[in-house]
Amino acid sequence: MRFHLSDDQREIQRTARDLLADRSPFARVREHAEAGRYDEALWRELCELGWPGIAVAEEHGGQGMGAVELAVILEELGYACAVTPLLGSALAAGAIAAAGSDDQRERWLPGLASGELRGALGAAGQLVPDAAGADVVVVVDPVARTATLQDGGAVEPVEAIDPTRRYGLVAAGGEPLPGDAGAAIDRALVAIAADLVGVSARAVEMTVAYVKERRQFGVPVGSFQAVQHRAAQMLLDTEGGRAVTLYAAWTADAEPAALPMAAAMAKAWTSERGRDVTASAIQLHGGIGFTWEADVHWLFKRAQLGAALLGGGGAHRARVAALQAGRAELTAA
Amino acid sequence: MDLTFTGEQLAFRDELRAWLRDNPPGERPPGGDEDAVFAWQRDWQRRLHEGGWAGVHWPAEFGGRGASLTETAIFFEELGRARAPLPANVLGLLLGGPTLMVWGTDEQKERYLPPILSAEEIWCQGFSEPDAGSDLASLKTRAVRDGDGWVVTGQKVWTSAAQYAKWCMLVARTDPDAAKHKGLTYFLMGMEQDAVQVRPLKQITGGAEFNELFIEEARIPDANVVGGVGNGWKVALTTLMNERAGLAFFLQVRLRQQLDGLFEAAASSGALDDPRVADTLGDLHVRTEVLRLMAWRGLSAIETYGQPGPEGSLGKWLWSETNQLLVQAAADIVGAEALTAGTPWAYELLRARGNSIEGGTTEILKNIVAERVMGLPRAGRA
Repeated sequence: MRFHLSDDQREIQRTARDLLADRSPFARVREHAEAGRYDEALWRELCELGWPGIAVAEEHGGQGMGAVELAVILEELGYACAVTPLLGSALAAGAIAAAGSDDQRERWLPGLASGELRGALGAAGQLVPDAAGADVVVVVDPVARTATLQDGGAVEPVEAIDPTRRYGLVAAGGEPLPGDAGAAIDRALVAIAADLVGVSARAVEMTVAYVKERRQFGVPVGSFQAVQHRAAQMLLDTEGGRAVTLYAAWTADAEPAALPMAAAMAKAWTSERGRDVTASAIQLHGGIGFTWEADVHWLFKRAQLGAALLGGGGAHRARVAALQAGRAELTAA
Repeated sequence: MDLTFTGEQLAFRDELRAWLRDNPPGERPPGGDEDAVFAWQRDWQRRLHEGGWAGVHWPAEFGGRGASLTETAIFFEELGRARAPLPANVLGLLLGGPTLMVWGTDEQKERYLPPILSAEEIWCQGFSEPDAGSDLASLKTRAVRDGDGWVVTGQKVWTSAAQYAKWCMLVARTDPDAAKHKGLTYFLMGMEQDAVQVRPLKQITGGAEFNELFIEEARIPDANVVGGVGNGWKVALTTLMNERAGLAFFLQVRLRQQLDGLFEAAASSGALDDPRVADTLGDLHVRTEVLRLMAWRGLSAIETYGQPGPEGSLGKWLWSETNQLLVQAAADIVGAEALTAGTPWAYELLRARGNSIEGGTTEILKNIVAERVMGLPRAGRA
């Protein structure tokens, strides 16, 4: 029983944290978010490091690692609020690997793993991250639990409130993924949850630093219990999310039978609480937190879109209840 | 990440499961009869002791099984799963014994530890006072030196099992002139003396799990000081830290069982078809699982890095909040029966209100999380 990263996984985490701290500080995030462009230099570097293909099999040009390693990387990208299309490519690659035919895998995985091609994954009628500019989009139906492939050309770009990613709308239809689309969707849920955990962790860290520093009535505002209690709630929400997301990522490769429930729980918790944590970060920053200049709003915006992606707290609580009661018909969208 | 048990841990679990199958704990006596419940728990501990399971987490040199943290967690989970009660002397097993192991003299360990294990001598805890709850260090019970002993006068409250206890872990003020945390001493007070009066404290459930202690010149020999005069705050903290370790796994399993019952009730009544009910139950399931996962992750932090992670401070808060939400949901889902006096759900509905107060109020736990885990500046104290 080791509910913590292995030494190798920690090394990946440390490398990612250090690299992103250096290459993608908030000044860079802001610059690219405001310009509405991905940070192409960062993206090239991440591609050279093989990050988009970290969980893609070696035979398809990936690193051959698992869902836990992918979650580690995505948590760090969320923590940095990095402006790259990695999530979309990783989600698409994960879905094609899990549910694609041999032909589909051979056609798309090497390009997605190397970063030569960009991917996205989402549901019809919902805002799909990294869809604008994607070469291939996996369109999933979270209720029917099916998935299809579409050419990226059909995407209708949308400017979402989260400018750290390029979003788009897609319609249903396309070439079916013949395999286990349910597993593909569940893996995607875990990956999105990992991004939300990273976003939440950053919100906690920035808030703690701010309320220690900011003084009113002659004392740091962090000494007020009303502030402390809200901050403590942020920590509970974040740590709970990390525990359930790591667990879900672990089940994806080690105990697939437990994945559907684990993924639904992780997405339910992190969607709801990722929104709460980032909203609390704005609140506890006070007036400055409501300004464009304070960087907490990037986190709030990213959490909003991540929470909505493939269903938020309500949809996944319904699914959890249905799975637990053994009654799939209760699943709501 | 590897959330599987080792072969050794699985063998431990299987041995325990086999033992629990052969030694079923039996049915809990009907609610309200505290004596019958206690007798059931005492009998249960005796059987655990005979089977070598009573002091599962105690080192072998003190008659325990020397189980690792993980095995201890497995033990409490399995106990919960078998719908067994906590052992009668849970305070001695989880708090008193481990405190003596750290602070006791050899004589004290030899004298007191064996009868804790066998449930021959029951222990209770005399910490809280009417005017010293969350602010424990402000307690007023006085111990005055008298020859080769001490004379104690004061009042304690929320003392469970006091009516059955032979010994009380008592913290009293021995130096009224010292700073408030410094003038305290930790004693083992004999309960079988007229100077100690136990009065049941009727709680909102109508039952009396707890008592008040009225102490009027009770005598304690010098040999029953634990950890040295004036060192009581430190010794008491050892005890308080022990309080949460194993219990978390037991409580988490009980929560699971309650929730399973509620799912069944909702499915059979058709309430589960109401999306609001499904949402509530889904939320409770997620919370209960997150609680379980955080408990294991907290334990893994200690085993992996040798120090607790933030989970330890968050678990009790999340547990009490979740249990309260669960019993409140039962009132909606089960309906009239859950609000009828004497039913199990009605008892749980009322009893759960104590969860966020006993063993550290949620408000204090949030302060602790903010100040000690997150490093925020200390809140103003008068």
